[in-house]
Amino acid sequence: MNGDATFLGMPAFPANAAVAVRDSQLRYNLRKATHTIRGKRAAAVGELPDWAELRRAGKEIKDHTLRNLERYLVRMEEAVTAAGGHVHWAADAAEANRIVADLVKATGETSVVKVKSMATQEIGLNEALELEGITAYETDLAELIVQLGDDRPSHILVPAIHRNRAEIREIFRERMADWGRAAPEDLTDDPRALAEAARLHLRERFLSTRVAISGANFMIADTGTLVVLESEGNGRMCLTLPETLISVVGIEKLLPSWQDLEVFLQLLPRSSTGERMNPYTSTWTGAVEGQEFHLVLLDNGRTNVLADEIGRQALRCIRCSACLNVCPVYERAGGHAYGSVYPGPIGAILTPQLRGTASKLDASLPYASTLCGACFDACPVAIDIPEVLVHLRGKVRHARVERLGMRAAGWVFNRPARLARAQRLGGRLRRFVPGRLPGPLSAWTDTRDIPDIPPESFRDWWDRTDGGVQ
Amino acid sequence: MRVALFITCVNDTLFPGTGRAVVTLLRRLGCDVEFPRAQTCCGQMHVNTGYPEEGRRLARHFVDVFAEYDAVVAPSGSCAAMVREQYPRLARTPAAAGAPAGEGPPPGSFAAEVAETVPKVYELSEFLVDVLGVTDVGAYFPHRVTYHPTCHSLRGLHLEDRPTRLLEQVRGLELVPLPGADECCGFGGTFALKNPAISAAMCADKVHNVTTTGAEVLCAADNSCLMHIGGTLVRQRAGVRIMHLAEILAATESGDDRTVRG
Amino acid sequence: MTAAGSRELILSRIRSAVAGAGEVEITRAYRTSPDPVRATGLVELLAERVADYRAVVHVVDEGEAVATIAAALARRGATRLVVPEGLPPEWVPGEPVTDDPPLSAAELDGVDGVVTGCAVAIAETGTIVLDAGPGQGRRALTLVPDYHLCVVRAGQIVAGVPEAVGRLDPSRPLTWISGPSATSDIELNRVEGVHGPRALEVVVIR
Ligand code: SF4
Repeated sequence: MNGDATFLGMPAFPANAAVAVRDSQLRYNLRKATHTIRGKRAAAVGELPDWAELRRAGKEIKDHTLRNLERYLVRMEEAVTAAGGHVHWAADAAEANRIVADLVKATGETSVVKVKSMATQEIGLNEALELEGITAYETDLAELIVQLGDDRPSHILVPAIHRNRAEIREIFRERMADWGRAAPEDLTDDPRALAEAARLHLRERFLSTRVAISGANFMIADTGTLVVLESEGNGRMCLTLPETLISVVGIEKLLPSWQDLEVFLQLLPRSSTGERMNPYTSTWTGAVEGQEFHLVLLDNGRTNVLADEIGRQALRCIRCSACLNVCPVYERAGGHAYGSVYPGPIGAILTPQLRGTASKLDASLPYASTLCGACFDACPVAIDIPEVLVHLRGKVRHARVERLGMRAAGWVFNRPARLARAQRLGGRLRRFVPGRLPGPLSAWTDTRDIPDIPPESFRDWWDRTDGGVQ
Repeated sequence: MRVALFITCVNDTLFPGTGRAVVTLLRRLGCDVEFPRAQTCCGQMHVNTGYPEEGRRLARHFVDVFAEYDAVVAPSGSCAAMVREQYPRLARTPAAAGAPAGEGPPPGSFAAEVAETVPKVYELSEFLVDVLGVTDVGAYFPHRVTYHPTCHSLRGLHLEDRPTRLLEQVRGLELVPLPGADECCGFGGTFALKNPAISAAMCADKVHNVTTTGAEVLCAADNSCLMHIGGTLVRQRAGVRIMHLAEILAATESGDDRTVRG
Repeated sequence: MTAAGSRELILSRIRSAVAGAGEVEITRAYRTSPDPVRATGLVELLAERVADYRAVVHVVDEGEAVATIAAALARRGATRLVVPEGLPPEWVPGEPVTDDPPLSAAELDGVDGVVTGCAVAIAETGTIVLDAGPGQGRRALTLVPDYHLCVVRAGQIVAGVPEAVGRLDPSRPLTWISGPSATSDIELNRVEGVHGPRALEVVVIR
């Protein structure tokens, strides 16, 4: 997988997380934001008496689509083409970037407006376009904050979740002028004022830019329809006003039929922002209202994920970010620690599958979880994230010392007599166990005491007393 | 009914008092419990750390040891969840995964043995409430207690209010709610070693919540999580004791639970 | 512009990735048609749910509609109003701006607001759907102006999302609107008013 240039060479998750967890401002911002959204999500989900049934249908529709992906992709291509659109296929990030850059160049334009899209972040499209002399302007408020701040996204839905209002105000005041209309002199940190500043900053850009790039939340194979959910109206601006629209969409975003939307338009808004419905949803089929429309279908590792029987359920993901918002590890480590545009629990299972586990960072991601299961409970398409994490742990390379330790433990556990002897040895040596353990085990005793080792194991007690009878 | 105690390796080695409490409690309820000596470990640590082969070997051993019993009682939510959730996966061969639904595993296969044994494995509170049908176990424990529902008990086994229903019936016991109860304590097995900074931060928040309750005792159905939280409580001299659910349920006025304290 | 073979490459990877996997049946046990309880009081439910998004809502009888619209526009001080083709002319007083010939984005940016009808409204979620049909116009009309007044008739209201999906034609460009433009990007708190119309006013005719 190309792209993600800014994440390259990052240390493994534990090291990143250890730094992040000491950043008290970050901790505060994340805690506040995730706890706010948890409550809203729970209320929005609790309101529907048939949530469990919708969740089941969502899971099955996605699984059915993935099982028949070839057929539905071909159907999608036919339908889009019949409606006057153009369909392109990109096997990897480089190919997708090439296709988009060529399409933009063909229009003669050197700037584009963008709707927030995970797929284009994943392939590093903005950076690729930059090399071709094309400037991509992010128009989603959070993406704008990230772009102006030379920052990286840290959340799927709210890429600037790590920033609070005061920080956002500073970024706007310092950087907006470099990218276009400057922030008002008297800008306050009131979210309303910040939203207004973004509105003014982007207004002229929307009205004059002739090429837009988007992703899509869903594609309907039967009808060739694309669906984008958003809140601010920047999506509508990009989808509606420019003469040329290019949508880069992962092949797993398909749904078979128009009717299937009735499930996902209930699952997604309630899971992501905790609203009954997001402010705006746009759907369009092919070239509409005189626009030129290009659809770029992106693989970039997805077919590898599809080939893994257990791991493929990650392709059901609708990027709602509910799993991030409920994750205790994400809440404390922040999104950047995951070293990918996909942070949190979904990132921990998707990134190692898309990129492989050759790097230290990617190999550490399946371990970035306590397997507490909060993500699985929250997931609207019932992705068993702990199951996939455990599955991926079985596939990564382990450190030698750990391998030896686990093998030794396995050897002991294989015979009850060995276990009993080991326990007695521990019992006899218990007085010599130091309060602070050496090596990797010091991770435990840095903040906690270890329990006293009892003089007698349960099995020895049972033997000695005949099960407590004597 | 032949009832076996699956003590779990952690309890066997580090918390034998919990095992003695289970024995005391079940006997008091008229249940003759056996301890199959051949048992070792459910394999959770191996599987969750990424060693499925070792885990599968231990799972086979577990099934061999416990197959002949009518019920297997484990005083550990996470080990019971391991058996219930992961054994069927460990037993599923790639070929079987693609097999048409409805057809069971071939008789005599590991998958068949797992399908046979797994439904008989109960976490302690499940066994008490669902199998024995009791919530008042005749216990007496005059202390202020808060209960942490541990992730695998809560979201894996869906124990729901079984443990608290049992605690509510304990005479003298004052049960106080734990804020943020459903949040993970940060133990996660080897997570505590692999991601110590996050683990400690999660534990600190849990400990903070525990201390705000004013409870004398923190109770859970899992000694691993208690060991983790308790280690921090002790280090911080928080003055809150940890006790396994079985130990509270075994306690009586007459003190005939002395086996518990050994 | 796809490199020769990428299409075939992707499709063949898919084929081998799912070879041998079992078929998946879809169970639709969720609510799809209005139950009798919910089908009553749809007007009130819609009004309540739209108002939850901090839009202004009026529920009126047919005969009051014109006066209600006029009063709303007067309160807003909106005099230069765009009207799409097919909107009942009596709804907008004075000399409205028409989209014929099509207005430029800059021209749309210069008006005070837009008045439209809709295709469908969903009571449970407080959503209005426009399908660019008569009385609604092309998508930009309800996007660029800062004020959108939308008139909903009782017969256009359905209970839930499935009924709306069933009524809509996917070959038309659709815009689903739930309240004014908003963002949750700052500390995950909802703030109304970003790029789309910052004010949404809905007149529901009983
Ligand atoms: S994995 Fe599930 S909960 Fe997480 S973002 Fe994807 S759909 Fe949402």
